[in-house]
Amino acid sequence: MDQAIIIEKGIFIVVIFAITMLFAMYETLAERKIAAWFQDRVGPNRAGKGGILQPLADGLKLFSKEEFFPNTENRFLFIAGPAISMTTALMTSAVIPWGDKLTLFGRDVILQATDINIGMLYVFGVLSVGVYGIMIGGWASNNKFSLMGAMRASSQMISYEVAMGLAIICLVMMTGTLSLGEIAAGQHGWRWNVLYQPVGFIIFLVCSFAETNRTPFDLAECEAELIGGYHTEYSSMKMGFYLFAEYASMFISSTILAVLYFGAYNYPGMDWVESVAGANIANIIGIFVLFAKICFFIFFYMWVRWTIPRFRYDQLMKLGWKMLIPLAIANIIVTGIIILLADQNL
Amino acid sequence: MSDLLLPPEHRYAKMIEQRQNEDGSELSILNLGPTHPATHGIFQNILLMDGERIVDGEGTVGYIHRAFEKIAENRPFYQITPLTDRMNYCSSPINNMGWWMTLEKVLDIEVPKRVQYLRVIVMELARIADHIICNSVLGVDTGALTGFLYVFQYREKIYEIYEEICGARLTTNMGRIGGFERDWSPATFKKINDFLEDFPKVWQEFENLLMRNRIFMDRTIDVGPISAEKAISYGFTGPNLRAAGIDYDVRVMQPYSSYEDFEFDIPVGKSGDTYDRFCVRSAEVWESLKIIKQAMDKLPEGPFHANVPDYYLPPKEDVYNNMEALIYHFKIVMGEIPVPKTEVYHAVEGGNGELGFYLITDGSRTPFRLHFRRPCFIYYQAFNDMVRGQMLSDAIATLSSLNVIAGELDA
Repeated sequence: MDQAIIIEKGIFIVVIFAITMLFAMYETLAERKIAAWFQDRVGPNRAGKGGILQPLADGLKLFSKEEFFPNTENRFLFIAGPAISMTTALMTSAVIPWGDKLTLFGRDVILQATDINIGMLYVFGVLSVGVYGIMIGGWASNNKFSLMGAMRASSQMISYEVAMGLAIICLVMMTGTLSLGEIAAGQHGWRWNVLYQPVGFIIFLVCSFAETNRTPFDLAECEAELIGGYHTEYSSMKMGFYLFAEYASMFISSTILAVLYFGAYNYPGMDWVESVAGANIANIIGIFVLFAKICFFIFFYMWVRWTIPRFRYDQLMKLGWKMLIPLAIANIIVTGIIILLADQNL
Repeated sequence: MSDLLLPPEHRYAKMIEQRQNEDGSELSILNLGPTHPATHGIFQNILLMDGERIVDGEGTVGYIHRAFEKIAENRPFYQITPLTDRMNYCSSPINNMGWWMTLEKVLDIEVPKRVQYLRVIVMELARIADHIICNSVLGVDTGALTGFLYVFQYREKIYEIYEEICGARLTTNMGRIGGFERDWSPATFKKINDFLEDFPKVWQEFENLLMRNRIFMDRTIDVGPISAEKAISYGFTGPNLRAAGIDYDVRVMQPYSSYEDFEFDIPVGKSGDTYDRFCVRSAEVWESLKIIKQAMDKLPEGPFHANVPDYYLPPKEDVYNNMEALIYHFKIVMGEIPVPKTEVYHAVEGGNGELGFYLITDGSRTPFRLHFRRPCFIYYQAFNDMVRGQMLSDAIATLSSLNVIAGELDA
């Protein structure tokens, strides 16, 4: 029995890992295609039909590029930077509930690598480590532009993590759990958290943009000012890792948005499907629904990136500390009052 | 790190030491350029930074110095035109037309009305192309790439019109003394009409994308401002001066090429900051479209060049088949033409400001002295003054809204 669980989880982890990588790969293509669509261009269409092999071609190109090292004191940290970014980007997927349980070969298979009871804290912990990749890489590059990018990234991440955490607190107050699995299950039917926590959702959304370093918060790389920011000095696959990590974390944060606020794998009419076609079919459809939601958020990220300009450093700080954090605190107070009133009515 | 390379007698070295003694803060030096994505073209800014804030700056010019003024002293007039192309290469036809008008002033040539109108059309198209670049690149430098690529299609359309007129796209070398090399084809007019039809929608969309965008406004309002007095004392002209609130426009103050025939407004800003410069340029595009429309409607029939066989190149068929024409062609190109001894200043409203040609002739085949008054060179002098005390991001936005074009920086 124990062996079966290990095999089951092993297979599951490999599959999730592969899906994350695949998504990150094809996000690069999607980004370019979507940008092209917005800008009235064609986009990549040479590698394979409709550019379908473009990510492979990009990867191959990055592999074959010269491995360049700047004149830096600490080569180890220079290499560690992208590695940390990549690792942390992939680690978060461990606690995400990809679907409800399936019944296969007479066994209940839970579609979650591990449902630890502090799943939310785990996500936060891993995300905060992510900034070290950028900081260390930027610092070890021995380049002023990189250092500036690293400084911007770290102060941005620290400020926005506060607001993000405060936004989540409301969710925790409402659901009474830190486990992502339970939060997902609790949104069954139409009880999507976004309907109960719209302000919290908006704060969380803005903060996810900041956490993933996407426009309008991409000050860390900011090609117009800092050339490439923290990855100015990187080349070859180390550069590829940074880019890949960005896309992987975009996928993960879209997933978290979908799981926390948009009902995870739940969809309207799930009970009806279950009664007609059985639980397995209903839950498999649920997995696809979750991925549809993820794709929507990924598209949203790209939509925003190709529409609006980026903030300036001080404006970013102002938005974080003077707008989002007070708003999040007010949201906590309002949520608290509502919960209190609701309890007394009951 | 690289501060070690700073010679101790440099003023930055003294400033760094002074600040260190004052409050212990460490200033650093940042080389913005010569090869930096925001220095479109090649020029260097050595910035003294306090974190993200600019304490002082030093601009360097000369990275693409090509000695145009000196070369011009050794070239006959027709061979100087390609040099003018390469100054503000975003609006070469204005440079070309300005040069022809200067020569016509020297040689006292009256140009037919049709030529004047055609020149107005092509100059306004060039102005639109120039403003498209400046405003959309300001978008890029603040992080919005989409608008840039979207409106750039229409710069291509303008280049196609140039192609119909003269065969070239970027460095146009368009026209002759007294007119154009050939009459404009019906295809040219069709392309212009198509452009007038399609472009306003696109430009409106582009304006909608940025002009009232909260982030864009925050990024540009009060960024890199310059007061009217200061702008005048630096010698600002064109959109950058108008953004500061002075309604000086060469097209109205000293009309050339029949600009007095057209109705148009001069958009004026208030504070001279980056946002005002953006708005002024944006409004000027609408005015240019108005002028082109009027010129197209009122375009008179007639010859496409003045009747000046001494200066206007004979038609190509004659040059190949006819000895006299070949001799004339050779003489004109090599500068064996009667030139009076004069001193002339002629200015046109370039895409970026007053583009002046100061020409002294001594009766020989080449100019005695030719000075180009290049607006970008003047703007760049004020740049460090404008960004002092601002943030690094502001410097980038200011630089791109001044539209400093490296080709005009050095001549």
